[in-house]
Amino acid sequence: MASLFTDRALLWLGALLYLAGFLAGLIGLTRRQSPTGLRTMLNILLIGGWGFQWLGLYQRGLVGRGCPLGNTFEIVQFVAWSAMLVYFFVGSTFRVSLLGLFTAGYAATLALVSLLIPQWDLVRGQKLFGNNPWIEAHAALAVFSYGVFGLLTLTSLMQLLQNWSLKNKRLNGLFWFLPSIVQLEQINYRLVLLGVTLLSISLSVGASWWVRNIESVHLPKLMVTVGVWLAYLIVLLLRWRGRLVSVRFAWVCLILFGLALLSLGPVNANRHGYQPVILTPR
Amino acid sequence: MATHPSILFQLGASHHTAPLAVREKLAIDAARASDLATRLGQITGVREFALVNTCNRVELYGVASTADAFPALHAALGAVTGCTPAELDSAVTLRQNHAAIGHLFAVASGLDSQIVGETEILGQVKQAYDAALAQHWTGPVLNRVFQKTFQAAKHIRTNTGIGAGQISIATVAVDLAGRIFGELAHTKILVVGAGDIGLKTVQAFQSRGATGITVASRTLAKAEEAAALAGGWALSLADLPEAVAGADIIASSTSSPDFILTRELIAAGIKRRPARPLFLIDLALPRDVDPATAELANVFLYNLDDLAEIAEENLAQREAEVAKCQAILADRTAALWPQVAHSLNAPGTS
Repeated sequence: MASLFTDRALLWLGALLYLAGFLAGLIGLTRRQSPTGLRTMLNILLIGGWGFQWLGLYQRGLVGRGCPLGNTFEIVQFVAWSAMLVYFFVGSTFRVSLLGLFTAGYAATLALVSLLIPQWDLVRGQKLFGNNPWIEAHAALAVFSYGVFGLLTLTSLMQLLQNWSLKNKRLNGLFWFLPSIVQLEQINYRLVLLGVTLLSISLSVGASWWVRNIESVHLPKLMVTVGVWLAYLIVLLLRWRGRLVSVRFAWVCLILFGLALLSLGPVNANRHGYQPVILTPR
Repeated sequence: MATHPSILFQLGASHHTAPLAVREKLAIDAARASDLATRLGQITGVREFALVNTCNRVELYGVASTADAFPALHAALGAVTGCTPAELDSAVTLRQNHAAIGHLFAVASGLDSQIVGETEILGQVKQAYDAALAQHWTGPVLNRVFQKTFQAAKHIRTNTGIGAGQISIATVAVDLAGRIFGELAHTKILVVGAGDIGLKTVQAFQSRGATGITVASRTLAKAEEAAALAGGWALSLADLPEAVAGADIIASSTSSPDFILTRELIAAGIKRRPARPLFLIDLALPRDVDPATAELANVFLYNLDDLAEIAEENLAQREAEVAKCQAILADRTAALWPQVAHSLNAPGTS
C-alpha cells in the first residue's frame, strides 16, 4: 500500500488536482456560477493539489537529503509549488477573481509537463549544496522567486486580457470576471517587488559564499542569474518611476518570465559539485 | 360540518395589466396604503395579508377562508384608489394558491419587472413583508411563503445571469468604471458640460460611492450651478488641461460642434499620471472626444453608441436567462406548494 504513494504518485495526484481545479473553474465560469462559490471549490482542489505536491517533494527531499532541486523535473515542480503558495497569500489578501483559475492552469501545466517528460527526471544531482544550509536557502529562495515571477506573469496576462477587452468592447464571457485594471496594476507592482526582494536576498546569500570561492560557480550560471535579477530590478525601477506601466509593463513581465524559464537550463547544467546520479527508470 | 381549505391569493395590477393612467390611480401613498390595510382587516374571511406597493405594481397577497372574500377585496381596492369597477376589472388579476406563489417568486426575482432582472424589487418585497409582519397582518402561511420567496430570489440572483450587466447608459458607464478602477470611492470625476445627461451620469457614479466631482463648462456660472447640484467643484473650459491631468473619469456632454477633448490634450494629461488609467465617456452628439484618443495606452474611450450597444447586449442576455429562471422557480413552487396546502388545510386557517 505504501508503495502506491511514491513521490511521483503523489506529484501526479497533485498535478491532477490542479487540473481538476482548472477544469472545474472553467465549467463554473461557462455556467456563470458566482465568483464566491467558484473560489471556494477551486481553493479546496488547489489546497489538496498543493498538499500532495508538497508531500511528493518532501519525499524526494528526504531521499536527496536537501531541498528537492536536483534536476529540471524537481525545479519545475518547485516553481509550480511556489507559485501556488504565493497565490494562497495573494488570492486571500486581494481576492483577485480568476487568479485561482489562472494559477490552477499554470501549475497544472508545469506539473504535468514535468511528469510527462521522463528525461527531466532520469538524472539527479546529489549533495548539490555540500551540506551547506545557506547555499540550500539561496537555491530555494531563487527558485521560489521564480514562483513569484510566474504568478506575476499570470496577473500580467490577466491585465492584457482586461485591457484588450475594454479597448475592444468585448466585455462578456471570461472577461466579465477579470479584476479591474487598477487592481491588477497594484498586484503586479507588489509581485515584482516581492520577486526582486526574494531574488536579491537569494543572490546576496549566494554572493557571500561565492566571494570565498570564486571558482565555485561557473560563469554562464553567474551571468544568467545576475542577468535575470538585473532585468527584473530594472523593470521594478522603471515601474516605480512610472516609465513602464500598463500594457507595456505586462508585456515585459510576460516576455521576461519566458526568458527566465529558459535560463533554468543553463543554470541547472552549470552547478558546482553536480554529481549526476542515474535514477532507476520509472 | 365539513371544512374546506383556505385560499392563498394574489390580487392586484402591474405594468403588465394596467395602462399608465390606471397605474397612476393605483399608485397609493403611505396614508392610502394604511387605509387599504384597515379595510382589508375588516373583510370577513381574510386571515392574513401583505401589500406590495411599488411604482409599477399594487398587489395584495393574503389568505382567505373562501372565495366570497374576493369581491370585498376588489371593492376595498376601488374605494381606496378611486378606480372605477371597469378600470379594476380590466387591470386587476387574481391568482390563487400555486399560481400566487409562482407569481410572488417571479416578482421578487425581478422576472416580472419592467426592467427584467432589476434588484430593487426584492428590497421592496422585503419592506412590504416587514411592514405586514410588524402590524401582525401575516400568519403561518404568508410567513412561510415570503421566507421561501426571499430564498428563491437569492438563489436566482446567485445562480443565474438574470442580474448580470447594466442596462442603462449611466449604469453601464459606472459598471465599466468599476472594471477599470475597482472601487470608485477615490476616483476623481470630471464632467465637461453642464447638461442633464452628464449630471445623471454623475448621480450614477455617486450612488457607487464616488465623491470627487468637478464640473467644467464654457461659462463658470453654469459650471458653478451644475457643481452645486452635483456637490462638486466648478471650472471653466480654460482650465481643462489641468483638470484632465487630475481626472480618472471624464464624462463629456457639451453641444460643441468640435472635439473638446483632443488627442493632444488627453495625451498631455495622461503623461503626467502614466500609472493610472483614464476612462473617457463621450455622451455628446456630435462627439466631444477625438476618437484617436482611444489609441493612447491606458485610455479607454466609450461613446453613446458603445454604451447603448452594451446595454442592449446585457438586456438580451438577461432575457435569455428568463426561461432558465422560470424553470428553477417552477420547481421551487412545486416543492413549496404541498407544505402551503397543508397549512391551508389546517383547522386554524379555515
